[in-house]
Amino acid sequence: MEATGNPAPTKGIRSVIWASSLGTLIEWYDFYIFGSLATVIATQFFPKTNPTAALLSVLATFAAGFIVRPFGALVFGRIGDLVGRKYTFLLTLIIMGGSTFCIGLVPSYESIGFAAPIIVLVLRLLQGLALGGEYGGAATYVAEHAPAGRRGFYTSWIQTTATLGLFVSLGVILITRHALDSDEAASIAKFNDWGWRIPFLLSIVLVGVSVYIRLKMNESPLFAKLKSEGKTSTNPLKESFTQKRNLKMVLLALFGATMGQGVVWYTGQFYAQSFLENVVKVDFESSRTILIWAILFATPLFVVFGSWSDRVGRKWIMLAGMALAIFTYRPLFGALNDLGDESRKREVVEQRTYASTLTPISDSQDQLRTGTTRRSYTDGMLLEVIVTDTLYAQNGRETIKESVKVTKVPGTKDYWLMVLIVFIMIAYVTMVYGPIAAFLVELFPTKIRYTSMSLPYHIGNGVFGGLTPFIATLLTTVYHNDVLVGLWYPIAIAAVCLVIGALYISNRIDTNIAD
Amino acid sequence: MDQLKRTFGLLWILLAFAALIAVGIMAYVEIINKPATDVWIQWSIFVGITIPVAIGLFLFGLFAFKGEYDRLPTRSSDL
Repeated sequence: MEATGNPAPTKGIRSVIWASSLGTLIEWYDFYIFGSLATVIATQFFPKTNPTAALLSVLATFAAGFIVRPFGALVFGRIGDLVGRKYTFLLTLIIMGGSTFCIGLVPSYESIGFAAPIIVLVLRLLQGLALGGEYGGAATYVAEHAPAGRRGFYTSWIQTTATLGLFVSLGVILITRHALDSDEAASIAKFNDWGWRIPFLLSIVLVGVSVYIRLKMNESPLFAKLKSEGKTSTNPLKESFTQKRNLKMVLLALFGATMGQGVVWYTGQFYAQSFLENVVKVDFESSRTILIWAILFATPLFVVFGSWSDRVGRKWIMLAGMALAIFTYRPLFGALNDLGDESRKREVVEQRTYASTLTPISDSQDQLRTGTTRRSYTDGMLLEVIVTDTLYAQNGRETIKESVKVTKVPGTKDYWLMVLIVFIMIAYVTMVYGPIAAFLVELFPTKIRYTSMSLPYHIGNGVFGGLTPFIATLLTTVYHNDVLVGLWYPIAIAAVCLVIGALYISNRIDTNIAD
Repeated sequence: MDQLKRTFGLLWILLAFAALIAVGIMAYVEIINKPATDVWIQWSIFVGITIPVAIGLFLFGLFAFKGEYDRLPTRSSDL
């Protein structure tokens, strides 16, 4: 075993990390704002009343994550192993930034009809394609610059970008939502009308800066050396996936590491926020700011665990994160649910208010009745129940099912307890995700590294992780009585991954990745 | 330990079949219950992506059963 991989001066590696991480963060930001603004985008481009538009919406949601991301990993992984890391992840950044900016410019369905959802679908698929190519390039690029023995530490900065991208996207959306008018309701209305375009348009500035920085960087020294010696792969896809010796390592990376990482990653961040909003009924703002605080506190742990993995190995840190998730998800989510449960709290009855409004329905004599009840609790929680039904002019006709919308603004203590619980779940994310770039890089040789590590990463993260909300929702619709039933999916996947990882993965750190 | 790795290989092979069957049944039930085009497309994507993943898990189990993971490569020249 050789002693070094690729020594690099500290100052040099800092600019490498900065250039790579900034671009990757922007790509994640671009990818997330579409997801975070899905409801607004659906109203603008995919009206539910039109079945074809609804179908295009489904394709935009699922195809981008489940099919195009892994496909992007193959396409750009191949280019990265043939042409070089630098130009490939420069290309993915331009495609991502360009698509995101263009989404912000597309006229609505009302203005240009079917062209609108079709253009948005194409742009969303381009986003998925670019994301599939970005991560492997950035992780490989940083790892191939990093000195041996510090690879976990340096690549962990790349690992912070996915979570920070979510943080920035949530922050930009919340700020924009409130900044368009001094009156809050008017500001939100403007945001839903046209202000949602701002986070998309902002992307072009961020991407411009990042492209400029990346252009000044050099090619990865390991790849450049391989290329100058004429030892690069002539067909990385064939070498990675048809030769048994490489294929078995790709499969090991997928089933022994990235599969579990994907579900822990999604559950700790996306499912936690969705659970707060849809099950606990925490209001829009609080559910997002809880996540923002938790991300802010937990993000340094990516670097802590990445760095620690340089000393103790990658394997057991990642598997410990999965094990903790498996054994504590149900109690943690149960605690979140309990914190929002009004039956456990004491109401300040004298503060209860009720207001009712009647709105005429156009072209009929019927009226829409909206009844709003507000309750306060001794711990500071505010509960609002809005019941909407129709008062029919025709005698004896009644609303079959009234619409009930419940939102809760948690009290200060419960709010911070929720932040703590989500923080714990994101801490698990940092354990499984912090060291994984170094782990993947060390598993494959330089000539097929980009291709070989990108595919298991995007199947693990995009497919296994991306399925979490859908399988969880499906389980909830079948087993109504258990609000935590959706957690069995990430728990089962993480458990299988834990066993495979514990049995088959080596804890050895490969100090020489130059071969 | 090597024997354990090989024995578990059989479990991964069975799990690959189980995953495929489970997703197939879920897709069938969902499409029957909600026969809309968008539901059909969504589940076709899920089934479509499960097939290669299940094949991958089957191959992983087969490799494990055959002892391919008894010793992992320690350098790229071993690959």
